[in-house]
Amino acid sequence: MSATGIGAAVRRKEDFRFVTGSGQYTDDVVRPGETRAVFVRSPHARAKIKSIDTGAAKKMPGVLAVLTGADLANDKIGNLICGWMIHSKDGSPMKMAPHPALASGTVNHVGDAVAVVVGETLAAARDAAEKVKVDYEVLSAVTDPAKAKSGPQIHDVAPKNTIYEWSLGDAKAVEAAFAAAKHVTRLDIINNRLVPNAIEPRAALAEYDAGTDQLTLWNTTQNPHVSRLVIAAFVGMAPEHKLRVIAPDVGGGFGSKIFIYPEEVVCLWASRKVRRPVKWVAERAESFVTDAHGRDHITHAELALDAHGKILALRARTIANLGAYMSTFSSSVPTYLYGTLLSGQYDIPSIYCEVDAVYTNTVPVDAYRGAGRPEATFVVERLVEVAAREMGLEPAEIRKRNFIKSFPHQTPVIMAYDAGDYHASLKKALELADVKGFNKRRRDAARRGKLRGMGFSTYIEACGLAPSQAVGSLGGGVGLWESAEVRVNPTGSVEVLTGSHAHGQGHETTFAQVVSERLGIPIENVSIVHGDTDKVQFGMGTYGSRSGAVGMTAVVKALDKIEAKAKKVAAHVLEASEGDIEFKDGKFTVAGTDKSAAWGDIALNAYIAHKFSGQELEPGLKETSFYDPTNFTFPAGCHICEVEVDVDTGKTEVVNWTAVDDFGTVINPMIVEGQVHGGIAQGVGQALLEGAIYDKDGQLVTGSLMDYTMPRAHDLPSFHVGLTETKCPSNPLGIKGCGEAGAIAAPAAVINAITDAIGTENLAMPATANAVWTALQSAKPRQAA
Amino acid sequence: MPKVSMTVNGKPVTGDVEARTLLVQFLRENLRLTGTHVGCDTSQCGACVIHLDGIAAKSCTLLALQCEGAKITTIEGLAEPGGPLHPMQEAFRENHGLQCGYCTPGMIMAALDIVRRKGNDLDEHTIREQLDGNICRCTGYHNIVKAIAAGAKAMAKGGARQAAE
Repeated sequence: MSATGIGAAVRRKEDFRFVTGSGQYTDDVVRPGETRAVFVRSPHARAKIKSIDTGAAKKMPGVLAVLTGADLANDKIGNLICGWMIHSKDGSPMKMAPHPALASGTVNHVGDAVAVVVGETLAAARDAAEKVKVDYEVLSAVTDPAKAKSGPQIHDVAPKNTIYEWSLGDAKAVEAAFAAAKHVTRLDIINNRLVPNAIEPRAALAEYDAGTDQLTLWNTTQNPHVSRLVIAAFVGMAPEHKLRVIAPDVGGGFGSKIFIYPEEVVCLWASRKVRRPVKWVAERAESFVTDAHGRDHITHAELALDAHGKILALRARTIANLGAYMSTFSSSVPTYLYGTLLSGQYDIPSIYCEVDAVYTNTVPVDAYRGAGRPEATFVVERLVEVAAREMGLEPAEIRKRNFIKSFPHQTPVIMAYDAGDYHASLKKALELADVKGFNKRRRDAARRGKLRGMGFSTYIEACGLAPSQAVGSLGGGVGLWESAEVRVNPTGSVEVLTGSHAHGQGHETTFAQVVSERLGIPIENVSIVHGDTDKVQFGMGTYGSRSGAVGMTAVVKALDKIEAKAKKVAAHVLEASEGDIEFKDGKFTVAGTDKSAAWGDIALNAYIAHKFSGQELEPGLKETSFYDPTNFTFPAGCHICEVEVDVDTGKTEVVNWTAVDDFGTVINPMIVEGQVHGGIAQGVGQALLEGAIYDKDGQLVTGSLMDYTMPRAHDLPSFHVGLTETKCPSNPLGIKGCGEAGAIAAPAAVINAITDAIGTENLAMPATANAVWTALQSAKPRQAA
Repeated sequence: MPKVSMTVNGKPVTGDVEARTLLVQFLRENLRLTGTHVGCDTSQCGACVIHLDGIAAKSCTLLALQCEGAKITTIEGLAEPGGPLHPMQEAFRENHGLQCGYCTPGMIMAALDIVRRKGNDLDEHTIREQLDGNICRCTGYHNIVKAIAAGAKAMAKGGARQAAE
């Protein structure tokens, strides 16, 4: 292994600009003549817009335009869309309601955009926004997904506020298995609604060049090409080739910056109207009521087991809240990213899952780190842990009895797991976490007046999204391949243009490691270029832990072509036959001779083209690959959490965390561990602290960082992170992906630990001190053994 | 518009600002020092932490006019252009104490204030408690805690200069 190649903990190339404050985020970009946009937003969860009076606002100093939904309709700007078709059990298509970028006729959630003011300065636009008078007729609203079907109908297209009633699996086989079961475990689960809260708020800066009729958008997006495609083809803002989308440095995404939002559409449209660049930057309070939220499932789940704790079947019935409008990929999250993972790491003969997706008068819900897979893992891992307790089995033992042991393994819910070793990660985690010493730690805690508990989560996820044909057959409107172009310069340095996008993941380092290893050149001689539709060929962007497995594989495929072409050049330079040319450690040699040429020589010769006829071999050294994966990838692992609960206050402290993950090949262990840490923190946040709460009128009660509890440094321990490795067989690097694992594994581990400590399963997330104390009052804590 | 004068990163600066202009706006928009970020507008996240007369302060919660005559240090003032990184900046890089980088300038400025108040030998518990005013959504804090402990040590060892207050 070289110091900068695959497997090396290379320090990140991108960090210099970030630690010196010279990163360039969207709000840091300033264009000449830039103006500011401020949105007028609905204060009501559901209301009819009777009239909008923009007269006073337009007269305010420094105001360039005040625009409403009527103006948007006049200019024939199209609606936002959801790009994944889901069909109900009865075959009917999902009920997608119109989603205009500025509300037309009605508002459907607090924060719904009603008008926009464009001003010379932020202050001028803000002052004028306060003068926009909207006359609302307030209507009754529904925010609780459990009551959505009986609530007031939000959209004409969706009776009973039902978007789809979807199912997966064999209901009859499951019913038969339950009838034959010796033991059935049942749980009612709420997967709490979360606000992603990337620390960089969303932002958009749009500029129109009247001379060329060209629009440019700087945007906080995880997938600039997808954004451009939707804004061009569906919203109809401009032809695709007349729209450039740039995602500069992006300050965290976690899914929330995948989607195409009203604000970038409005900024583009407004910039063409006022003929000036228009910038919008969300205030945090705006982020809370406009960024797509995550999770928000209500589930009744059942597990059927035989007398030995062998799982016979699993059944889940879920209501998924998709909010007031269908966000870009919202429909896929509680279906193909959820139901398909309900087999966990276990050999379960039959699974049946029903999901009803509903509209409510809340912010749209879409993918948030893990997206469907944390919800599935929570269902499976809570069921398994509770079943073990009910049947008197150790949590490790029930898992061992049910683990899938041979691969490939076809689950009853579509997925074909290709490789894994679930015993290995469990075994290593049991050792790292010193599970043998737990009873002593529990007794010690009891002496300090604390209840100590331990919880497991042996999770699986489907990542590396995804084979395009499979996606298409499941209703996806896009292909999920990835692209790469490798440009070798005449001096031998290399630029890689990738369709992936980094917003914290460190691609500038890890992608360069792959190139450095393959070409034997210093990592400093490799640049990774991403996030600009004018520079980079079409690409699908970063989400679903796909950049390593899919994005890097595209780079490898392009490097294969580069090597093949370079060998042809080398054959001419070294006056040997192409078949005799070998390439290793940055050197071309002729087999059986001492003739050689350095990488740089061949690069230069490819461009000066003096040693070969340009008719025989094209000059230049630049290759492109579009890589479409052949399967999902299946990262899996075992997380073990230990907590201590204060009996008097209910406050829970996470005192020990062990994570053993199998991500296949690891390119940079430092970065992979960092991804695991961050994921766990978000999962612990969901389990202990975070929860978006709406009151009955549809007001978001947790609408700021003063009300919505984000994990802070003192809420978390340091983590023990270990790895096991089974290579992913479906891509040449053997990578599975690591970005979401922690967030998927963690919530179940935490709740399993707390319920172990307090002796009742009746505990919902977030397990705040109040919730745990309340649960404790009706519980019988397990005594220290 | 009122005029405001202060010293930023060792240089005297003057600007005409509306009375309601926040210090962070003055730094970012008037002086184009965009390393100081805004993450929440409510003093919760700490992405905007700078040093005001040597003490950490949230620049989203100060009016520019309040800082008349003050000495301000921002992330851009920690290392000389072309020179070596400040040991705390280097420690964040070395320990992978950042991912998206957005909270990082505020984290580093807050970390230096922890060193000022608590010294160079910092245990994990102290660092975690003292970081209460800064939120990171990417790292889970594990490596930030390591970075601050290492940076604090390096500052003592190398005779490193403190932030150029």
